[in-house]
Amino acid sequence: MTGYTFSNGAELLAICREEMIPISEVAVRAELEREEMDREGILHEMQVNLEVMRESIREGLEEQQVSITGLMGEDADKLMAFSDNTVMGREMASIVASAMAVTEVNASMGRIVAAPTAGASGILPAVLIRYGDAHDLSEEDLIAGLCNAGAIGMIIARNASIAGASGGCQAETGSAAAMAASALTELRGGTPEMCLHAAAIALKNVMGLVCDPVAGLVECPCIKRNAIGAANAVLCSDMAMAGIESIIPFDEVVIAMRNVGRMMHPDLRETARGGIAATPTAQRIAEKIRHFE
Amino acid sequence: MSISIFDIIGPRMIGPSSSHTAGAVRIGQVANRLVNGRVQAARVTLYGSFAETGRGHGTDTAIVAGILGVNPDQGTIRYAKLLAKEADVDIPVLFSDEEPEHPNTARVYVRGEDGKEYTYIGTSIGGGRIRVTSINGMEVSFSGEYPTLIAFHQDAPGIISKVTSILALEKINVAFMKVFRSERRQGACMVIETDTPVDEATRRRIVNNVDGITEACTL
Repeated sequence: MTGYTFSNGAELLAICREEMIPISEVAVRAELEREEMDREGILHEMQVNLEVMRESIREGLEEQQVSITGLMGEDADKLMAFSDNTVMGREMASIVASAMAVTEVNASMGRIVAAPTAGASGILPAVLIRYGDAHDLSEEDLIAGLCNAGAIGMIIARNASIAGASGGCQAETGSAAAMAASALTELRGGTPEMCLHAAAIALKNVMGLVCDPVAGLVECPCIKRNAIGAANAVLCSDMAMAGIESIIPFDEVVIAMRNVGRMMHPDLRETARGGIAATPTAQRIAEKIRHFE
Repeated sequence: MSISIFDIIGPRMIGPSSSHTAGAVRIGQVANRLVNGRVQAARVTLYGSFAETGRGHGTDTAIVAGILGVNPDQGTIRYAKLLAKEADVDIPVLFSDEEPEHPNTARVYVRGEDGKEYTYIGTSIGGGRIRVTSINGMEVSFSGEYPTLIAFHQDAPGIISKVTSILALEKINVAFMKVFRSERRQGACMVIETDTPVDEATRRRIVNNVDGITEACTL
């Protein structure tokens, strides 16, 4: 292990404590150690990612989206229009609707930023950008948020998986929620320890969630799973900021997630043979799409 | 091998699936790079989840786009089959029900305009990242994220150091290097991932000047 390179949460926290820096800064310094980009280059690349994320939210809410199957495309708009009447309140509703909007853009072969994957691409931009807009955060703050999220995702990718085909939906929207929960916590002034508690709780909340896309497409139930993923991230950040801790440390939760993924039957890992995808209605939709082609 | 933060926050890409679309484009790009962009013909077989759900994800279209040199973030991916027709390159895509080792697997055959042929197996391992696990029948493992030199050689002492000395003379820095072999003292293959590309002249010097090297290709 060199100076800022970390392979798990414990190592990440140790560096944060030793250097008295937040997770986002460790992530930038670890990337610098790869000697591919200088600091300016790293921050610029993240800024471009942020712009594409922002544009994908805008496109999803303002332009009409038609997914490949024509099944999805307007649910984000519906929720947004209803936001003042929701129990969860306007801020949460706009976050959740934005997560759906990005995923609708993705399902329509539009441009998104994988975070960590395309199937889970709505969660992180929705949580960070919507929170940032509501609380006047700067671009620099949001870029730091993305770096924090990246660090959490790297740990999960290294020790478990971020692919639905390997670990189910827990590995995709679960990882994205954990990343967003940690990032949001840092932006709210939470400590690195609080960030990892938020991430651990978010992963635990969806432990075992299967990947069961109807007709094998990133539409149903993926778009709504991005909605619950964004809500999961906000809830877990709130819990961590309130001082609630994860009884099980983040690193152990990640290994548990990896093991659950390995136990998962292949029918429940993106093959569209189990779960929601195996229901009679889903089968009818799949048949219709095959017929269409 | 340490991963980059941009493997997690990124890539910027065209939907709908990083494993099935961006990863598939990158697997296809390996073929394009092996023949220096001059593809004469290619053939793709999809396995596992690629075969099961590839049509709806556009995996077949995406891999053809990669073979034609399209990047994962280009909006032209969806028109790949039209691009192939325009370029007059025939790229059939077959869907296999054979169970692969990794869920998202593709076997790609490509022939360059110079007549050189390659067959490799690529797997999409999540987030748009890939791994090539076999090339021309030899088991290998590389990501395609770096310029890569693949040299087939006899399994005998001294060959590896001769190759790396040529790279050193050209001031090409080795990032990662692995050697694979089928059986002791039989065919072997070294995969060298470098910081800067290995140019054609250097590749030729390796093939012509190092005894025991049977073939070398770059991407």
